Amino acid sequence: MSQRTHWSEFFISAVIRVIGFSTIGFVGLIFFFLLQQGAPVLGEVPLNNFFGAQWYPTYNLYGILPLLLGSMMVTLAAIVLALPLGVATAVFVREIAPGWAREILKPLIEVLAGIPSVVLGFFGMTLLAPFVRETLHVPTGLTAFTGALLLAYMALPTIVSVAEDALDAVPKSYRDAALAMGATQWQTIWRVVVPAARSGILTAIMLGMGRAIGETMAVLMVTGNAARMPTTLNSLFLPARTMTATIAAEMGEVAQGSTHYHVLFAIGILLFVLTFFINLAAAPAIFEKRRRGGLR
Amino acid sequence: MTEPKIRIENISYAYDGAPALRNISLEVQPNTITVFFGPAGGGKTTLLRLINRLNDLVENTKIEGRILLDGQDIYAPGVDVSQLRRKVGMVFALPLPLPGTLRENVVYGPKRAGVRDVRRLVEITERSLTQAALWDEVKDRLDSPASALSGGQQQRLCIARSLALEPEVLLLDEPTSGLDPISTGKVEAALQEAKKNYTIIIIPHSIQQAARVADYAAFFLMGELIEYRRGREIFTTPRDKRTEDYVTGRFG
Repeated sequence: MSQRTHWSEFFISAVIRVIGFSTIGFVGLIFFFLLQQGAPVLGEVPLNNFFGAQWYPTYNLYGILPLLLGSMMVTLAAIVLALPLGVATAVFVREIAPGWAREILKPLIEVLAGIPSVVLGFFGMTLLAPFVRETLHVPTGLTAFTGALLLAYMALPTIVSVAEDALDAVPKSYRDAALAMGATQWQTIWRVVVPAARSGILTAIMLGMGRAIGETMAVLMVTGNAARMPTTLNSLFLPARTMTATIAAEMGEVAQGSTHYHVLFAIGILLFVLTFFINLAAAPAIFEKRRRGGLR
Repeated sequence: MTEPKIRIENISYAYDGAPALRNISLEVQPNTITVFFGPAGGGKTTLLRLINRLNDLVENTKIEGRILLDGQDIYAPGVDVSQLRRKVGMVFALPLPLPGTLRENVVYGPKRAGVRDVRRLVEITERSLTQAALWDEVKDRLDSPASALSGGQQQRLCIARSLALEPEVLLLDEPTSGLDPISTGKVEAALQEAKKNYTIIIIPHSIQQAARVADYAAFFLMGELIEYRRGREIFTTPRDKRTEDYVTGRFG
């Protein structure tokens, strides 16, 4: 080997290594920046105010509880809506649809993931919100439920494609074994294939949830943005405000370095930590896929 | 000769236009062990899977000819496939216990078939485990997880699981390929016992095994049935040159 090849090898691998590590570095820097900007909150806002139920920044009331609960309500409702639909779609695409239909459906579902959220938000505002108002007879169509519907639609491509991969990874021999014992196709799917793919399906839910909780534009446009505590069950059908929407709506008009500014960053930290833990919860399932053996 | 249990008539089969079986005809006698043997890619497994219609879900395939079970065409319209598969059980190369306990594994099929009576299920468990030569080893731990068994025990559990449905025919695709000689011996003994009640078709994992268990043997080569005769004869005095070459180890 000549000296030159040797050097270019070294150079290329060094560049790739730097690029690879810088990704991790950037995440670290982002978190550091968030901490730096959000940490002053600790000295400026007492904890019982920060975790209070009232969000009125103009009156120095920075209770993030309605925002946190708003985010959780919208996200959970979205997952509850998206999960059965997503898993059923994945089962249809992988187990039931004939080859040609699968070839059409798979790319179509992936295209769904590429629709800009502001377009979906626009669609939600002009079509979905009036529909919700009229069919549910609520005062306004801009509700947590409307947001959940949109988010469910947005999480669907993620859930379908991850769940479909999980079903695909179930060895054919499992299906054979169940069918050979006289199970019907439905019994095979429901009792053997789906349970065998459950870790992957769990990952799909977690990733869908991560997508939903971080989504901003669409929820900002359709949830009505009223920071009220969702204390009763029908709160789902009333306006709500999420953490992401709060940051997006208020960051532009807040004085840099003010308490309000720091609080918005603190919300960002909370959001960061939340998504981190959701992804962490999905991680074991993702890694388990690589060393999948028999049924567990 | 008695009425054949299975009659295969002029079966041809192709995947994506590539022929896998060419005009196969043979008859399987009841309460015997019939062996399908030959080099890989000869169509043995394909034919086995056709007998309980396991290839139904495989796309782009083409089947010609008929397979009759007790004189009934199993590919005729209106045949209940689940019902057929309960009559024609199958055991695969890799033991594949379902999640759950030994007992749950054995009663999986009967429960799907609608057996709910607990005493009946207990009876089925004991009978099928006994027939699979596993009962004595596991009777005290029926409620422990099936995955805790050894490979040989798992495979006999899978046989028991198939027998629990009281099939008429049992198909086995290299059931001992992953097992040590002692476990293999036990499985073969279980098959000899089981043939009193069932008709068995087995793809052995070696010629020695074929010779040990065969009442009848069919030699497959590249999708064709070369020779089909009583087991002892085909291994000692093969008629076809190709069969002779294979059983004497000149190729394969």
